[in-house]
Amino acid sequence: MKLIKGYPEYMWESIEKVEETREERLKSTIPRMSLEEREEILRKFHPDYKEGTKREVRIGPNKGDVFYNEIVDLLESKPLIDPDEIDLSSVDYDVDILIIGGGGAGTVAALWAYESGIPKDNILIVTKLRHGDSNSMMAQGGIQAADRPEDSPVIHFLDAYGGGHFTNKPELVKALVMDAPFIIKWHEELGVMYDRDENGEFIEISGGGTSRFRLHAAKDYTGMEIMRVLREKARNIGIPVLEFTSVIELLMDDRGRVAGGIAVNMETQEYIVIRAKATILATGGSGRLHLQNFPTTNHYGATGDGLVLAYRVGAKLRDLDAAQYHPTGAVYPEALVGLLCTEKLRGFGAVPVNKDGETFVHPLEPRDVESAAYIRECYERNKGVETPTGLRGIWLDTPMIEEIHGEGTIDRYFAAMKRQFGRFDIDISKQPILVFPTLHYQNGGVEIDEYAQTSVPGLFAAGEVTGGVHGKNRLMGNSLLDYNVFGRRAGIYAAKYVKKVKLGKLSLEHVRKYVKMLEEAGIKTDRKAPILLPDYRGKKALSRALDIF
Amino acid sequence: MKKEDVEEKAGTVEVFIMGKSYRVPANLTIMKAIEYAGYRFIRGCGCRAGFCGACSTVYRRENEQKLRFALACQKLVEDKMYLVQLPFVPADQAKYDLEKLKPDENVLLRVYPEIARCVACNTCTKTCPQDIEVMKVIQAAIRGDIKKCAELSFDCIQCGLCAMRCPADIKHYHVAQLARVLYGKHLMPKSKNLEKRIKEIEEGKFDEEIDRLIKLSKENKEEIVRMYKEREIEE
Ligand SMILES: Cc1cc2nc3c(=O)[nH]c(=O)nc-3n(C[C@H](O)[C@H](O)[C@H](O)COP(=O)(O)OP(=O)(O)OC[C@H]3O[C@@H](n4cnc5c(N)ncnc54)[C@H](O)[C@@H]3O)c2cc1C
Ligand code: SF4
Ligand code: SF4
Ligand code: FES
Repeated sequence: MKLIKGYPEYMWESIEKVEETREERLKSTIPRMSLEEREEILRKFHPDYKEGTKREVRIGPNKGDVFYNEIVDLLESKPLIDPDEIDLSSVDYDVDILIIGGGGAGTVAALWAYESGIPKDNILIVTKLRHGDSNSMMAQGGIQAADRPEDSPVIHFLDAYGGGHFTNKPELVKALVMDAPFIIKWHEELGVMYDRDENGEFIEISGGGTSRFRLHAAKDYTGMEIMRVLREKARNIGIPVLEFTSVIELLMDDRGRVAGGIAVNMETQEYIVIRAKATILATGGSGRLHLQNFPTTNHYGATGDGLVLAYRVGAKLRDLDAAQYHPTGAVYPEALVGLLCTEKLRGFGAVPVNKDGETFVHPLEPRDVESAAYIRECYERNKGVETPTGLRGIWLDTPMIEEIHGEGTIDRYFAAMKRQFGRFDIDISKQPILVFPTLHYQNGGVEIDEYAQTSVPGLFAAGEVTGGVHGKNRLMGNSLLDYNVFGRRAGIYAAKYVKKVKLGKLSLEHVRKYVKMLEEAGIKTDRKAPILLPDYRGKKALSRALDIF
Repeated sequence: MKKEDVEEKAGTVEVFIMGKSYRVPANLTIMKAIEYAGYRFIRGCGCRAGFCGACSTVYRRENEQKLRFALACQKLVEDKMYLVQLPFVPADQAKYDLEKLKPDENVLLRVYPEIARCVACNTCTKTCPQDIEVMKVIQAAIRGDIKKCAELSFDCIQCGLCAMRCPADIKHYHVAQLARVLYGKHLMPKSKNLEKRIKEIEEGKFDEEIDRLIKLSKENKEEIVRMYKEREIEE
């Protein structure tokens, strides 16, 4: 196939139309939808509303609730361990606080537990891949905090609550918006290099569904910049981290409190018994479950483990019937399919355009509405561009950014995007990019309160694994904020909690009970969970794989 | 068309994974090709998107002298590539207390004295999959130019390839990390708006309004929906 500036020849007819209509687009925008229009397009086109993709949960605290099939599959899976084969009398790590997941939320929790007086060696982070390999590392766009005079936490509250279709837990939204400026201040003290003007004021832009310019960024490497600074701090303190180790079951004591976990060394498959007075679940999201076979923006370890761990000890979940599809995932080139093209591109003026060069939706609707509009454009109106591998997408007209903000803007604010496409000969400052919704964020999860406590004593949770903060739809920039706000709270309140806890005898009775519950509900399955890592081996290789080692 | 069919239609190439020959579809990244061949990663794979530096890869093309470097998740396979991944880099971050470090000209040299041994061979720059001018980063560090060191190194994903190649055993990415936190903490001008907002929150300026919203959310949803609809949008 012949490529011209990265694109197959046949796409150029459409690209030229996008170029021709650009000037017109720079002058006028499409109005935002009314709440009624939004509801309608969501109902018709958003993947959350597609039939046959969800079902009722048959066991446990959420019995009767409807979640995505892939999530229910997780909850209706057998444990990886047989409790009878685990020797709980020999404890490998005995700590005050076990933190599961070394992404953003876990690292923040560790730092604040330490600040709250827990000695570093009484904290243990256990993480699946390397410390920092996580969704937190990948965030591009930015983090919200209402700190401009034109803005206020009250407006931030309204934006987040309305963006979540008024289904968020309001106490959590309050914590989110009121803590936000303190978080940015803390980052400043740690040395995070946010984009600023010459007076030191942050350069803030708007994101989908926000009514003020409120997004703080560090180029389009915001998540990486925050994560590597947090990690640097944790390394300096010397907080112990077990890498390539996953927690596969929580432990309880004989009084029904969560008391640590069973972990497994991913390389030797040896199990490890960890006793902890408090446990903080910070395992992040579940994009790698590929709901409805969508590609995902998420990191390799985002398999929703925390949901099933928590459910087996009886913690309540919520809002797992609503997933976030990011409107602008790459669909071309093939090597980038599913990967994120940050919303900040639209924040800076890039507009979605169909194959005939027409605009069809305001670029900054809330994510779910924006995604639904792209799906309609491609599959109902047939105005998408087809890729060589049969996918469809619409153009995101990135060259508009420099038309509006001047040459060099892409280099200065979108280094990651430019590099990513540049590797395939596409210069995003000159050519538009082809996008389609991709599975991005787990809106719901383990329910917490404003102290980051779950419904089970001894179990705290923070970050993407939790539910309630964003209701059924999260706004951009609120989840980096979320993991900082609730990671911090989890660290602080867990530190408080452990001071008065004396653990009883360790037990895995809850796992036995869970298995029994599955049987009694007539659920017969070979599935096992947590999944830990997705399996992407080629079909041919897989079909001949022998399980002999 | 099924995904696998599409993959095969693009034609195949021969790659050597740690010396062993495999035929893989030509339009795959190195990472996906290794998986296609039947491997399942535990190490060497993190974000799958060019942000985490877990997938450093060293390769040589058949009959080529030059050793090349790439991120497995960001580079397409080519015919007759000899591949190996670098799952770990033995290079510890120095221990220091950022609160006590002064951002003076010698601070980077004090914490990482080995940077003085740089022989200006530029190997680090040639190795970097992010195209960072790593040698310039180190030269700036030696001169004590924290700002330059921080800015030039900003896109570093800490893959460690530079540190594995440096004849002077420098740990570039840790040096640069220190420069960036020093710069962010001490040298960047601070936001006055932020200070002001924090004071307002501490004085309880927004408490009443927020609590009213919480109350409304429970007792009068229509009112809060109306407020949301009518809120002014900054354009
Ligand atoms: C590409 C991308 C771009 C984004 N952009 C933005 C943005 O611009 N703004 C914004 O606000 N948000 C953004 N987000 C969302 C945001 O980054 C995440 O929601 C947030 O960082 C989640 O933090 P976390 O700590 O909860 O989870 P993570 O950072 O994913 O950390 C979870 C960690 O737990 C580990 N883990 C999982 N299971 C186990 C187990 N069983 N045992 C041990 N460890 C385990 C994981 O490997 C991982 O290291 C983006 C997300 C992605 C993927
Ligand atoms: S500077 Fe070094 S560690 Fe950073 S991206 Fe380049 S090669 Fe990797
Ligand atoms: S590789 Fe080492 S010695 Fe060579 S230029 Fe880079 S830092 Fe200096
Ligand atoms: S897997 Fe993260 S950079 Fe390649």
